[in-house]
Amino acid sequence: MSGEAVVFWIFATLSVASAAVVVLARTLIYSAFALLVTFFGVAGLYVLLGADFLAATQILIYVGGILVLLLFGVMLTHRIYDLDLKSGTIQLGSGLIVAAGLFVILSALALKAAWPTLARAPAPTTAGIGRLFLSDYLLPFEAASVLLLVALMGAAMIVRRRRDA
Amino acid sequence: MIGLSHYLVLSAALFALGVLGLLTRKNAVQVLMSIELMLNAANVNLVAFSRYAAGNLGGQVFAVFVIVVAASEVAVALAIVLTLYRLRRTPNLDDADILKG
Repeated sequence: MSGEAVVFWIFATLSVASAAVVVLARTLIYSAFALLVTFFGVAGLYVLLGADFLAATQILIYVGGILVLLLFGVMLTHRIYDLDLKSGTIQLGSGLIVAAGLFVILSALALKAAWPTLARAPAPTTAGIGRLFLSDYLLPFEAASVLLLVALMGAAMIVRRRRDA
Repeated sequence: MIGLSHYLVLSAALFALGVLGLLTRKNAVQVLMSIELMLNAANVNLVAFSRYAAGNLGGQVFAVFVIVVAASEVAVALAIVLTLYRLRRTPNLDDADILKG
């Protein structure tokens, strides 16, 4: 087994196992911290795929931003003295059937098709991505900035206390 | 030799786990975590195709946009969950069965 394969299997096992913990853990805090491991595993896979900028972005935004936000959500939606932050499940049987069926269909498709394989030496991607943002993808880039502003204002608007209510 | 199909099967597993969480969890925050798993699975697909099939950086640019959308989505969704908690004193989605705000 080559070095690339070893690293791939390590990160793949890490991310899938911790994703299973995220979904199946009964305690919310365990889910949140398993999600941290999943994000790191996916960042490792990005590095393996030669996407260095995206791996750094994954760690900065997902781990530093989204996960902290989700932890705030866990803490704020439970009473502080409520120590057992348990979460129940519904329709477990049918959910398992749907998820397993989806996995079988998707992976059968992925294994059956003849995919092209480009052999490419990994190169730094940050400059190229920046150039694409300011040339080919300029309009989506500006739209994303407006989307972020609107989402921030909308979130602040939704959670504020109404004086007249 | 690790190829494109390895990454596709891996992201199918992540996506199926996200679907499982979305369908079976009661807690709204945990449903949000499952949605993040599914977005990550899509991102792995985009980057893998950009590496093995396209040979350019378009897939990585798309993945950055997906991350931006995920960040704004989770901010608004958590605001809604907090408002729901203030109204009904519960984080469970099953109890969110009223239509008036």
